[in-house]
Amino acid sequence: MELILALAIGVLFSSGIWLILRPRSFQVITGFMLLSYAVNLFIFITGKIHINKAPLTLDGVPVDPTRYADPLPQGLVLTAIVIGFATTALYLVVLLGSRGLTGTDHVDGKERDHDE
Amino acid sequence: MLLLLLIILPFFGAMAAACMPAHARNREAWFAAAIALMGLVITLSQYEVISEGTVLRYELAWLASFDLNLVFRMDGLAWLFTVLIQGICLLVVLYARYYMSPKDPVPRFFAFLLAFMGAMQGVVLSGNLIQLVMFWELTSLTSFLLIGYWHHRPDARRGARMAFTVTAIGGLCLLAGVLLLGHIAGSYDLDKVLVAGDIIRAHPWYLPTLVLIALGALTKSAQFPFHFWLPHAMAAPTPVSAYLHSATMVKAGIFLLMRLWPVLAGTPEWTWIIGTAGVCTMLIGAFLAIFQHDLKGLLAYSTISHLGLITCLLGIGTPLAMVAAIFHTLNHATFKASLFMAVGIIDHETGTRDMRTLSGLRRVLPYTATLAVVASAAMAGVPLLNGFLSKEMFFAEALLVGSASNWWMSAAAVLMGIFGVAYSLRFIQVFFGLLQSGDNPTPHEPPRWMRFPVELLVLCCLIVGILPELSIGVMLDAAAQSVLGEALPEYSLAIWHGVNLPLIMSMLAFVGGVLFYLWLKLRCNLQQRDKVPLLHHLNGKEAYETTMLLLAAGAARLERLFGTRRLQPQLLLIVLCGLAACVPLWWLLPQVSTSLSLSNISWPFAMLWLVGSACAITAAWQAKFHRLAALILVGGTGIITSLTFMWLSAPDLALTQLMVETVTAILLLLGLRWLPARISADKLNLVASNTDKLRRVRDLIIAIGAGAILALVSYIILIQPDNQTISLFFLEKSLPEGGGSNVVNVLLVDFRNLDTLGEITVLSIVALTVYALLRRFRPAVESMKMPPQQRNPIDPAVNQLPGEQATTGYLQVPAVYLRLLLPIISVVAVYFFMRGHNLPGGGFIAGLVFSVGLIIQYMLAGTAWVEARLKMQPHRWISFGLALAAVTGMGAWAFGYPFLTTHTAHITLPFFGELHLPSAFLFDLGVFAVVVGTTMLILIALAHQAVRSHRIPGQSNEYRAQQETR
Repeated sequence: MELILALAIGVLFSSGIWLILRPRSFQVITGFMLLSYAVNLFIFITGKIHINKAPLTLDGVPVDPTRYADPLPQGLVLTAIVIGFATTALYLVVLLGSRGLTGTDHVDGKERDHDE
Repeated sequence: MLLLLLIILPFFGAMAAACMPAHARNREAWFAAAIALMGLVITLSQYEVISEGTVLRYELAWLASFDLNLVFRMDGLAWLFTVLIQGICLLVVLYARYYMSPKDPVPRFFAFLLAFMGAMQGVVLSGNLIQLVMFWELTSLTSFLLIGYWHHRPDARRGARMAFTVTAIGGLCLLAGVLLLGHIAGSYDLDKVLVAGDIIRAHPWYLPTLVLIALGALTKSAQFPFHFWLPHAMAAPTPVSAYLHSATMVKAGIFLLMRLWPVLAGTPEWTWIIGTAGVCTMLIGAFLAIFQHDLKGLLAYSTISHLGLITCLLGIGTPLAMVAAIFHTLNHATFKASLFMAVGIIDHETGTRDMRTLSGLRRVLPYTATLAVVASAAMAGVPLLNGFLSKEMFFAEALLVGSASNWWMSAAAVLMGIFGVAYSLRFIQVFFGLLQSGDNPTPHEPPRWMRFPVELLVLCCLIVGILPELSIGVMLDAAAQSVLGEALPEYSLAIWHGVNLPLIMSMLAFVGGVLFYLWLKLRCNLQQRDKVPLLHHLNGKEAYETTMLLLAAGAARLERLFGTRRLQPQLLLIVLCGLAACVPLWWLLPQVSTSLSLSNISWPFAMLWLVGSACAITAAWQAKFHRLAALILVGGTGIITSLTFMWLSAPDLALTQLMVETVTAILLLLGLRWLPARISADKLNLVASNTDKLRRVRDLIIAIGAGAILALVSYIILIQPDNQTISLFFLEKSLPEGGGSNVVNVLLVDFRNLDTLGEITVLSIVALTVYALLRRFRPAVESMKMPPQQRNPIDPAVNQLPGEQATTGYLQVPAVYLRLLLPIISVVAVYFFMRGHNLPGGGFIAGLVFSVGLIIQYMLAGTAWVEARLKMQPHRWISFGLALAAVTGMGAWAFGYPFLTTHTAHITLPFFGELHLPSAFLFDLGVFAVVVGTTMLILIALAHQAVRSHRIPGQSNEYRAQQETR
């Protein structure tokens, strides 16, 4: 389980890094989305792996911590997901604006002489 | 409390003065004078208390655990300086009322002046070292504004910049020095530092501390070799010069040396650094002063010289020298302020300050001439004036330092006296001889009240000079006592001590000065001489300009070498730095290899991620030429991530991720339309160059390396044994104290709701930014025309608007279904929202669900159709949500609790039964509204771009009508 999750995070991160190093703005935005999955999962696993232990203390006190997943990383990731959406939207608008203004979708706003 | 008032008053006054109308010169001046007078009255009312040796203290706890509190303290020294600052400020305001031309923007002047006064008082009243440095920098800033007041003049701009650069750099050194000092003393509180003198002097860091603090003080007080900024600061209006360079700005450095005298002085290093700087400055300043042609320039160099004298006295380090230093600080302030004002009058009446074109002004300005002559006599140290007394004390101290074998100090003192007499003679020479009055042929005496400050100051010079013990004795005692403590020496302020060595030195300096001046005048053509003899190479200004130029050129070169405006190298650098930070992980590798096993692999989970990884990699591969495919694949990865959250006991995350995934996909789909068509290189028969291939290989290696490292880090984290975290607290307190059993939701809306408030604020800001950016959006030309899919003549739908398609066209059936879906989705959203406190759900999720419901309507029937029937107004949702969340938080105040404290109420309703109603519920409602508003604002703004670009000839009338009603 741990191995799969770690590898999955690695693959997502690799794909994301590869994409953000590309010259086209759409590649970069997809790269950032993949990176955000990787990073969200990474923050999430700092609370370790728990199966069938949702942090819902329905049956009240006394609380046995081994019966529940760690709620703190979940709270962090929840806000991270929403903020991630907002930044994606912002980046998309900047991307479109840059494209409209410069006539190219290169991240620097101009094509280089010898480019991919 | 009074101390706090002393600081707040001037800043309040500055703000009020800045808001006054530009032509209200009188009102401005009266107001500023009233502020200064109020401060002065407050200070003087404390005279009794202070003269008994009490230390007033006001403390406002801020970061008590870091020893950072707002502390004001007033002892004898601070009191004396406060009186000086406020008294001279009062006179300067009065003077400036007449000096400033009606054309000058006066509110700015008085506002800056009052702010400067406040900063200065902050420096002298600070009881905390860090706080002192803050006010110190504030004086640099406000003096910059004052010196550059006539900002249309290049010399004023340059002078202001130079003064600011030098003093602010000094201020940074001072900050470093003060940090060291506080570290050694174990506290930044001045009272605690002042008693730790022995520890500080014995500490190995004493020397660096001393050097840094001395740099701060010496730059501020214009000591050699940093003296060059002061003459250039003379480009300021004369009232500013009179204030800054007599009583305040330059005295701040002196004050600091006095303040820290008990802890830093008394070592050879102190004497060498401070004493040497003082001696050099007083001689160089005095010598240069003789050869100035500008009256203000002469006074500027004489100020430098007198500051050097005071610094030198402090450097000597005996208690009596300290008394003399304080005494001379006072005396210098009185006579120098009056001289500056007298120069201002001359400038005002004749239109010039050039001594080569002025003489015989006694005939037209008799009063001013008398006053200026008396004041410059005080400057030269003529008996019966205050300057004489402190100079006498200085000579006595100089004698004490040197003995028979070591007489250089006495010689320097006499030399300085000779120069002082010479430049004073040079100064008063403008009043004698034939009448020559610059540009204005008929100068006349200034208004009565413009002369008044000069009269008052000169009167002070006389009173102190004739009756020193009666007039100033007690104050001087109190001030010296507060620095020296018990070690106050016996001294006498009498005029006549009998014929002794200091008196002989005084006489020598006087006679020598007169002779030297006559010699210079007759032999060296002093009146017209352009170059300063001997010292004309000593040009601090040039060194400063050269350094500045070199710095600018160096920075430009560095930027050319290392800077780039291209994104890819920057991202590459960030990634590489991140990778480099992972080097220490190398030592954890053995641990990984031992625990690696394939036994506990859940194969369904592995399959899940096989799909997820395949999606991610394919998306990375295809993102360039197949954007839609890449988008779908990224969405696939998002779904897998959501499933993973579900699998690993995070239902809230799974729901949020799923909803965000949906919304993001729609968002990007809306954006895709504006991107240029990209045809693959194979079709164009392009061959990638070798550099491109190399770059791709490099990026691939970096990407794989980064992924491997993050996988490794993740694995290491996962195999660490469990340890106690703060999560237990949240699990335990969630239900009993937060009133909800969904710990994640309680965490968001209760425990950490300030963070959530911040987050929804960020969301709103992003939404508004997106909206604002899109208002100015201009699509690229080739994206303007209809896309080929919509131009296909075979498809009858191309002739219909989306709204028509949904009502009468071929989308009629799905339209009915999906329209029905809106109430259902709304109910689901309400359901998720209501149960959020106890079960998975909450404001974020409900908001996203509701937004998706609305977006579906937009997708189906088009923007125009929906907006003709449904007024969304997302701005209002956002403002309502933010206001609700904030007001809910503030509600806690009404019950005497801190901001955002929550409360749970249980209300029993008929039919529904008991209703669980925490105040966090209202907060969550705010979150819900903000999320809906944000999502809708972003998506609608983007969708409108498509509508806007369709506004081309040939549209149906109905469509245009809808557009207009919108």
